[in-house]
Amino acid sequence: MGMEGVGARVTRKEDKRFITGLGRFVDDMVVPGMKHAVFVRSPHAHAGITSVDVTRAETMPGVIGVLTGRQLKADGIGNLICGWMIHSKDGTPMKMGAWSPLAVDRVRYVGDAVAVVVADTRAQARDAAEAVDIAYEEKDAVTSAVRALEPGAPQLHPEAENNLIFDWSLGDLAATDAAIARAAHVTRMHIVNNRLVPNAMEPRAALGHYNRAEDHTTCWTTSQNPHVARLVMSAFYNVAPENKLRVIAPDVGGGFGSKIFIYPEEVVCCWASKKTNVPVKWVADRTESFLTDAHGRDHVSEVEMAFDADNRIIGLKVDTIANFGAYMSLFSSSVPTYLYATLLSGQYDIPAIHANVRAVYTNTAPVDAYRGAGRPEATYLLERTMETAARELGVSPAELRRKNFITEFPHQTPVIMNYDAGDYAVSLDAAMNAADYQGFAARKAEAAARGKLRGIGMSSYIEACGIAPSAAVGSLGAGVGLWESAEVRVNAVGTIEVLTGSHSHGQGHETTFAQLVTQRLGVPLDSVSIVHGDTDKVQMGMGTYGSRSGAVGMSAISKALDKVEAKARKIAAHLMEADEGDIVIEDGALKVAGTDKSVPWFQLALAAYTAHNLPAGMEPGLKETAFYDPSNFTFPAGCYICEVEIDPDTGHTAIVQFVAADDFGNIINPMIVEGQVHGGIAQGVGQALLEGCHYDPASGQLLTASYMDYTMPRAGDVPSFQISTSNTPCPGNPLGMKGCGEAGAIGSPPAVINAITDAIGSNDLSMPATSERVWAALKAATRH
Amino acid sequence: MYSVSYQRAGTIAEAAKLLEAGDAAALSGGMTLIPAMKTRLSAPSTIVDLRHIPALKGIRATGRRVTIAAATTHAEVAASAEVKGVCPALCHLAAHIGDPHVRHMGTIGGSVANNDPAADYPAALLAMEATIVTNKRDIAADQFFKGLFETALEEGEIITAVTFEAPDQAGYAKFPNPASRYAMTGVFVARRSGQVRAAVTGAGDDGVFRSAEVETALSRSFDPAALQGVSVPAGNLMGDIHASPEYRANLIVVMAKRAVAQANG
Repeated sequence: MGMEGVGARVTRKEDKRFITGLGRFVDDMVVPGMKHAVFVRSPHAHAGITSVDVTRAETMPGVIGVLTGRQLKADGIGNLICGWMIHSKDGTPMKMGAWSPLAVDRVRYVGDAVAVVVADTRAQARDAAEAVDIAYEEKDAVTSAVRALEPGAPQLHPEAENNLIFDWSLGDLAATDAAIARAAHVTRMHIVNNRLVPNAMEPRAALGHYNRAEDHTTCWTTSQNPHVARLVMSAFYNVAPENKLRVIAPDVGGGFGSKIFIYPEEVVCCWASKKTNVPVKWVADRTESFLTDAHGRDHVSEVEMAFDADNRIIGLKVDTIANFGAYMSLFSSSVPTYLYATLLSGQYDIPAIHANVRAVYTNTAPVDAYRGAGRPEATYLLERTMETAARELGVSPAELRRKNFITEFPHQTPVIMNYDAGDYAVSLDAAMNAADYQGFAARKAEAAARGKLRGIGMSSYIEACGIAPSAAVGSLGAGVGLWESAEVRVNAVGTIEVLTGSHSHGQGHETTFAQLVTQRLGVPLDSVSIVHGDTDKVQMGMGTYGSRSGAVGMSAISKALDKVEAKARKIAAHLMEADEGDIVIEDGALKVAGTDKSVPWFQLALAAYTAHNLPAGMEPGLKETAFYDPSNFTFPAGCYICEVEIDPDTGHTAIVQFVAADDFGNIINPMIVEGQVHGGIAQGVGQALLEGCHYDPASGQLLTASYMDYTMPRAGDVPSFQISTSNTPCPGNPLGMKGCGEAGAIGSPPAVINAITDAIGSNDLSMPATSERVWAALKAATRH
Repeated sequence: MYSVSYQRAGTIAEAAKLLEAGDAAALSGGMTLIPAMKTRLSAPSTIVDLRHIPALKGIRATGRRVTIAAATTHAEVAASAEVKGVCPALCHLAAHIGDPHVRHMGTIGGSVANNDPAADYPAALLAMEATIVTNKRDIAADQFFKGLFETALEEGEIITAVTFEAPDQAGYAKFPNPASRYAMTGVFVARRSGQVRAAVTGAGDDGVFRSAEVETALSRSFDPAALQGVSVPAGNLMGDIHASPEYRANLIVVMAKRAVAQANG
């Protein structure tokens, strides 16, 4: 069973159906009588709604209903909420403006939903949507968070004066200011983290089915956490009581964070189904996805990093403005606060840190967690500043980092986090060796002879995964606990179903979770099925995001397996008249240690269910549930090195080498981990070189609303990666796992930009470093 | 897409007749028209497919005279031994339009009739002094391309072929838009009896145009070095989120150098 257990490169069980087109996504779901919804969306970035006239649309062919925000409000459907309370530094709670699933009297971004048409076909719904006559009174719009804070800026929500949602801080301001005042050197930077569109391969979709006979609603939705969706839709949006609401997230084609949140469309589809008495399906088209999926990043920061005469960091001060878009999405407030400022110590021993974060409304799509969520923003800021400091101080970037590394664990940072384990020098050395860092000068000279500018840059990242201890996040404002659940059901002939509250939308849980069971019980991988994504099948769970499903989700499975094993041992001891303490589980059997006595796993399961011969007083059956609440975050870390060649004539950047050395703790399936790192780096390279979400600042129109203008990374944009892992097992969970889903996207952008700025000899460069920007920076640098 | 009626024409005359009806649109590959219809930006009531008309298919080369029928796909031009023999630069251009799907559906006639300001063929036709042949007349490339998506074609007029005398030397280089992969700037250079014409696509705010600066420099010496230090004014160039006019002006010179290097082999 070593071929299928923990550590084996098992090919993914789920891939057969995906690569043969047999996956079942929301758009594949067909319910008898099902009709199709199309949303009528605001063409304006900011406007009052003076009237919504549906009379013409209602008479169009095939139309079943045209529903508006006023009807939705009249039926008591609630406003969308942000589920993480942040208090400003003056003690006041964050200022959350109202977000109705269908706008009633005002629209605040292009794409804001105003009405919904339900018709026999999607084309008919679309035709009728064009016939809904909405009178708008246009208002000035603001798309930049910096501009939105300025006096006289257009105001979005009456609740949030000056568009300010909160003005929050973390850390010791006086100590940080004092460190800067006495510093031998201070590196100062203006850092912009560009806005991104998530671009999951599968667009968002929802199918609401109200069953009048049972007064019950089923909602199929493209969700990373269907259980939380049910909770929130029930408790806050008044869709239906939890016992009358089933949420199913079937195969989901990528999320990257954007499918954590509950959007207007799934709420409206459920409500519209009840209203029209037909099942209602909506599937986003690609431009709708660009317009309305929660975007990522969009920070503007000032940073000061203070060093003593020995080049040790003595203080770090950060002032960040975070663009939240037009409404507060479900977890938006946690991203630039507790998922960002808490990581500003990086891999470094920094005695004083202060971060101030202002969250701001603008007339753009809501912004929330996107692969990395706060940690890429922290890492980019920190690692660009470190590289810049090394250049200013005239020292090696590697040695400046090494000098400041945290080397003793546990380590309490000044910004909440308590790092439990790590060895940052190991990753640094591994990356430098793999990249032949010492040989760079020769490669640069060789490239120069070909007319190319070659540069090298690094990034030593840390992130926090395994979110999170429920009591801790509760004290920081989270509206939910961040534990995970599992149920291990052993069937009567020994096959096993694992019901998990995690959700797989590309991660390969059906394989890795089964590998854990195979490892523990010695049963074949094919005898283990992973069940997830359906609130009628699976107990309450918290879902998949923040690289938590290994460290938290699998820990819950591990706990449930502990219970299954304990009961199985008792039964085996009884059957073989042995001492329970002598029973070992291996190779698919329960054996009495030191003897040839054994009971095969299937026979043990059968005994549990026939219950003909169980220990006195034991309940029949073999099925156990566990909830696992982590004791701490986990702290994946590593070092990435990027080497680029730039064509000085065009500014085009080619990545000629990319090295990743990660410490993810224990690894279940190295092949899947490598896939996660590859995908993460591709997304990070996308952010660094290519992807930029642009709104027209005057009109608030989204200029990058299709792939004609939004540049996704293609295969030719990324090199063949050289990746390796080291392992300091995480002491905080039973499996010693840390998480690997986001590291690539977190660690790579600063490595890419540091390499480019090294090549062109100018630090005046922001992401995405398009050919034009690199060319312009190079031109400006050579003119001086 | 709105509902639309599809007509497959068997002859040019039939196509012309079908196009007389209402707001019919000619379809010759549909690489621009179909996406525009899918997003409802374009809504003809009828589309008349020209791609299956036998008279619009095929490539003929006699001496240095090349005639490419309008419904010839980019892939067919790219793979044409006749064209490669006298004008390999055009094969190179065709081989780098879009992706394989586009190259097997898109046609030279469709591309030229659409006159997208970032399309590749207009630069080649303008630089090579090609003639655009329609069902009514012959139009010189110099008179054909009128601006953004505008041509000299009249209502219902159908391009039947493109014809040109292969120049002594030619080359094409483009810098693709990182998102769409259309030409963000592309330059086709053609040298004939010592005279050089250089046409630029993807950069002009009024569509394809000839660069006097590049032509003057290359007419003196058909060598990349001749373009060293040459600058092109940015005043009439496009600026967008991907590239400023100044950057495009730079790319014109860089792409011209690469096109000349290619022409010189």
